[in-house]
Amino acid sequence: MQNHKDIDNKLTLKEIAKILEAEVIADSGNSDINIKNACSADMMSAVLYYHTPNSLLITGLTQPHVIRTAEIAGIKSIVFVLDKKPDARTIELARTKNISLLSTSYCMYTASGRLYKAGLPGCLYK
Amino acid sequence: MALDINETIEGSFQLVGGNFANAGEASSQLKHALAELGVDEGIIRRAAIATFEAEMNVIIYAAAGWLRYYISSDRVRIRIEDMGPGIEDIELAMQEGYSTAPDWVREMGWGAGMGLPNMKKNSDEFKIDSVVGEGTTVEMTINFP
Repeated sequence: MQNHKDIDNKLTLKEIAKILEAEVIADSGNSDINIKNACSADMMSAVLYYHTPNSLLITGLTQPHVIRTAEIAGIKSIVFVLDKKPDARTIELARTKNISLLSTSYCMYTASGRLYKAGLPGCLYK
Repeated sequence: MALDINETIEGSFQLVGGNFANAGEASSQLKHALAELGVDEGIIRRAAIATFEAEMNVIIYAAAGWLRYYISSDRVRIRIEDMGPGIEDIELAMQEGYSTAPDWVREMGWGAGMGLPNMKKNSDEFKIDSVVGEGTTVEMTINFP
């Protein structure tokens, strides 16, 4: 089994969007920045507890407080799974906070798996 | 790294139970205030996370509350007082994974039982007092190294 610590890969948001066949909902102009790890969660406290700054958040929640959570945690990009789309208020807040939003039709498990397979490790090294 | 400030910088926010629209406003402002003062990014993140969890607790569980922060040259102190139901067993509430949150709160992504432990984890000093039927007061201090 491959150890997380052995993985030192990174992906740009542009590459992530391609892997997830995702639609860009809000582009904060950081599509070329390297993302080194990702965190998949619907529990916002788990994001705040386990995140790594500048990581990617994969979630099924689309409310504005998800953007707030990302802002507080220093997360710059969010992928919504199962084709979920945030409302205008959430998109506007993300734009204000320079956070990019993507939406993919894949479920959380598959989206995470595709990115992991492409070399993007999780936030919590174990 | 002590800050070059002579006076304590204060901020004060009224929190209203159930008002998720403004959730995170206090933490966001504290984050910017600390950034303007040139505080280390890691310290800012800890203060913002602890404050955000505290804000969410008031919004989820209490009718109303106040969040106040005090930035001095060597630390930031955050005090949250709420008019909520109070916590019956603080020791239990401090355990990771213990939560009394109803389903609607969990559906919004909160109530995982990690709020208080996360606040403590990110603070250098953490105090909590609670009276059932009256409310809860939390005080957190984060030192600037």
